[in-house]
Amino acid sequence: MDKRSKEILLEVKNLRVEFGKRRKKFVAVDDVSFHIYKGETFGLVGESGSGKTTIGRAIIRLVEPAAGEIIFDGKKINGNIDKELDKEVTRRIQMIFQDPMASLNERAKVEYIVSEGLYNLKNYKTDEERKAKVEKAMLDVGLLPEFLSRFPHEFSGGQRQRIGVARAIVMEPDLIIADEPISALDVSIRAQVLNLMADLQKRKGLTYLFIAHDLSVVRFITDRVAVIYKGKIVELAETERLYQNPLHPYTRALFSAIPIPDPKLERSKNLEVYDPNCHFDYDEDPPKWIEIEPEHFVLANKRELEGYKKILEKNGVQVLI
Amino acid sequence: MDNRKVILSVKDLVIKFRLRGQILTAIREASLDLYEGESLAIVGESGSGKSVFTKSFMGLLDANGWIDSGNIMFEGEDLAQYKSEKDWLKIRGKKIAMVFQDPMTSLNPLKTIGKQVQEAIELHQGIKGEEAKKLTIQYLSDVGIHDPEKRYNQYPHEFSGGMRQRVVIAIAVACNPKILICDEPTTALDVTIQAQILELLKGLKEKYNLTTIYITHDLGVVANVADRIAVMYAGDIIEIGLCEEVFYNPQHPYTWALLSSLPQLGVKGQELFTIKGTPPNLFYDIKGDAFAPRNPRALKIDFVKRPPYFQVSPTHKAKTWLLDPRAPKVEPPESIRALRQQWEVESNG
Ligand SMILES: Nc1ncnc2c1ncn2[C@@H]1O[C@H](COP(=O)(O)OP(=O)(O)OP(=O)(O)O)[C@@H](O)[C@H]1O
Ligand SMILES: Nc1ncnc2c1ncn2[C@@H]1O[C@H](COP(=O)(O)OP(=O)(O)OP(=O)(O)O)[C@@H](O)[C@H]1O
Ligand SMILES: [Mg+2]
Ligand SMILES: [Mg+2]
Repeated sequence: MDKRSKEILLEVKNLRVEFGKRRKKFVAVDDVSFHIYKGETFGLVGESGSGKTTIGRAIIRLVEPAAGEIIFDGKKINGNIDKELDKEVTRRIQMIFQDPMASLNERAKVEYIVSEGLYNLKNYKTDEERKAKVEKAMLDVGLLPEFLSRFPHEFSGGQRQRIGVARAIVMEPDLIIADEPISALDVSIRAQVLNLMADLQKRKGLTYLFIAHDLSVVRFITDRVAVIYKGKIVELAETERLYQNPLHPYTRALFSAIPIPDPKLERSKNLEVYDPNCHFDYDEDPPKWIEIEPEHFVLANKRELEGYKKILEKNGVQVLI
Repeated sequence: MDNRKVILSVKDLVIKFRLRGQILTAIREASLDLYEGESLAIVGESGSGKSVFTKSFMGLLDANGWIDSGNIMFEGEDLAQYKSEKDWLKIRGKKIAMVFQDPMTSLNPLKTIGKQVQEAIELHQGIKGEEAKKLTIQYLSDVGIHDPEKRYNQYPHEFSGGMRQRVVIAIAVACNPKILICDEPTTALDVTIQAQILELLKGLKEKYNLTTIYITHDLGVVANVADRIAVMYAGDIIEIGLCEEVFYNPQHPYTWALLSSLPQLGVKGQELFTIKGTPPNLFYDIKGDAFAPRNPRALKIDFVKRPPYFQVSPTHKAKTWLLDPRAPKVEPPESIRALRQQWEVESNG
C-alpha cells in the first residue's frame, strides 16, 4: 500500500544550526537536507545528541538556522517572512514534544493547554467555536471532554501524552513533528498512541515527522527513514529497504543494537560497533550523497561504495550506479 | 536460586496516598524477595506502582504517601519502620541508589555536570580534588559522553535528553551502592548507547556483586539484562519467574496481553493489539483479580476472590485462578503462541 502522493510538503535544504558563539561554537545540525511527501510518515533516527530535536525545533521556528532553507508547501518559511505566512505556518506545523511531563504546563487546566495555540492565533470567531474545536480534538484522541477541567498531573502517562496530541491536532495542522511521542509509555498505551496517529493520518491526511529511538516502532510506522549521526544524515531510504540492507556502518551499528524482546535472541545478538576511523580516507576520497538503489541514499566515498554495491548485489538488489 | 542470599525482603507491603481528601492504595500487599547479586526487571502498566514500590525502599515516597503496613527487611532492619530523614540517610545513595525516570529532575540546573558527578564521588568514595576530577572524567567517558573534559564544565541544559540520562547514571554508580534501582534508565537513549549502558551496568554488577532492579517498558531491555522478571498490575506482583519462564511460558492473562502489544508483532497498515478498558480505580477496594474486567477470558471466580500465588516451577509463580487445578483449561491467546513459534523458528534458523 502506498499512501503517499509524490507531492512534497516539506523540504529542508542544507540546514545548519549552531549553538554558542565564537570559541564555544558548536554545530548541532550540519548541512542536512531531506524532503517529506504529503501524507507520509518520515522517520528520523540516530544517536542521542545528534540533532533530531533541533531539526524539529528549526522547522517550527523555535531556533534560527545559521544557514539553509526550510520550504513548506512551496514557500520558504525561515528568516524574515510576512505576517500572513507566519500565521499560516504557525497553525499548519505542530510539534508534539519529547517529554510530556515537562512540556505541559502543570498549573494550567487541560482546557487552557489544548486551547493555547488557538488563543495565540485567534483563528476562531466566538468562544463557542473555540470550545467546539477543543472538545472535538479531545474526542479525536479518545479523551472525554469533561477531562478539560482537570490538571495534567491527574492523568496517567498515556493520557498526558494524548493531551499533547490533542493540543497539536486542534490546530488542524498538515504536518506534525512527533518527537519521541511514545518513549515513556507502557507497551499497550504505546500501541494505542500509534494506532491513534495512524488513524488520524488516514482520516485527515496528516503528514508526520516521527523522531524516535525505538527502531521496532519506526519500522512499523514509517514510510521512509533518515539516519543521523552527529548532525549529519548518513543514510536515507524507504523503510523496508533500509531495514533489509543497512549500508552505512553507523546504521548497521544502530540496527544491530535493536533490543529484541526474546532472551535467547537478545543475548546472542551480534553487536556491531561504529568506529568513525573507518572513514580514514575521506581527505583524499571525500564522501558524496549517492542514490545507490531506488529511494535508498547513503553518504559514502568511492571505496565504500564498492563495498556497499557488493552487499546489495549479494542480496539480489538492483544497484543504480 | 533458593540457596542464594536474600538481600532485601518485602512482605505484604501496603502503600497509600492521600489526594484531596480521598485515599488511594497504590501498593496492595506486595511481597518480593530480592537475591544478592541478581538483576530483577519489574515490568507492568503505567500507574501499576513500579516506581512507588521501589521508591519506598529509599524513603522517597511523596509527602502525601505512607507505608500503611508490611515490612521491608534490609540488613537486619525493617525499613518500613524508618521515620526520620536521618535514618534514611544511612541507606539512600550509600546502600541503595536510584536512577530516575526523568533525568532533568535529578540534576541541578545551576551546577556544572562535572561538579555534580564529582560531589557524589567525594561524598561516597572519600576521594578529593584533582584525583576526584580525574575519576569524574573517567565515569563520564564510561557512560559514553564524548569529550568529557570539555563537557565537565557544561550545564545540564547544554546536554541532550539522552546525555543527561547518562550523567545521572554516572552519579548513581559513583556512590558505590549495594542495590541499584534503575527506573527507565535507557528510554531516552539511542540503541547503541543503550546497549553500551546496559553493558556498563552489567559489568558493574559483576565487578561489585551489585544487585540491580530495572524498571522498564522495553521488553528488549528486559530480555537482555534480567535474571528474573516481576510483572506488576494494580499495585501487586501478579507473576514472577526466571526471565525465560516469563517470556516463553507466561501464565497470567495480563502478562499475555502485555506481550501481545509488542510492535514486533504488528502488521504494517493494521492496528496494533491494545489492552481494552482502563486500569482499576485505586481509590476503591478491588475485588477479585484486578485484571478481570479487562480480561475477555475471565472466570467467574476472578470477579469474586483474589487469587493467591500458584507455583508453576520452583522459581516461577503467578496469581491467577487459571492455575488452580479446578480451573478450565484456557490456552494463551493466538498471538502469544505465534510469538513463541516465531521465536522457535528464529532461534533454530
Ligand atoms: N540550547 C542549547 N544550547 C547549547 N547546546 C544545545 C542546545 N540545545 C541542544 N544543544 C546541543 O545540540 C546537540 C543536539 O541536541 P538535540 O537535542 O537536537 O539532540 P537529539 O538528537 O534530539 O538527542 P536525544 O535523542 O538525546 O533527544 C546536543 O549536543 C546538545 O547538547
Ligand atoms: N504523590 C502521589 N499522590 C497520589 N497518587 C500518587 C502519587 N504518586 C503516585 N501515585 C499513584 O500511585 C500509582 C502508582 O504510581 P507509579 O508512579 O508507581 O506508577 P508506575 O508503575 O511507575 O507507572 P509508569 O510506568 O507510568 O512510570 C498511580 O496510580 C499514581 O497515580
Ligand atoms: Mg531529542
Ligand atoms: Mg514509574
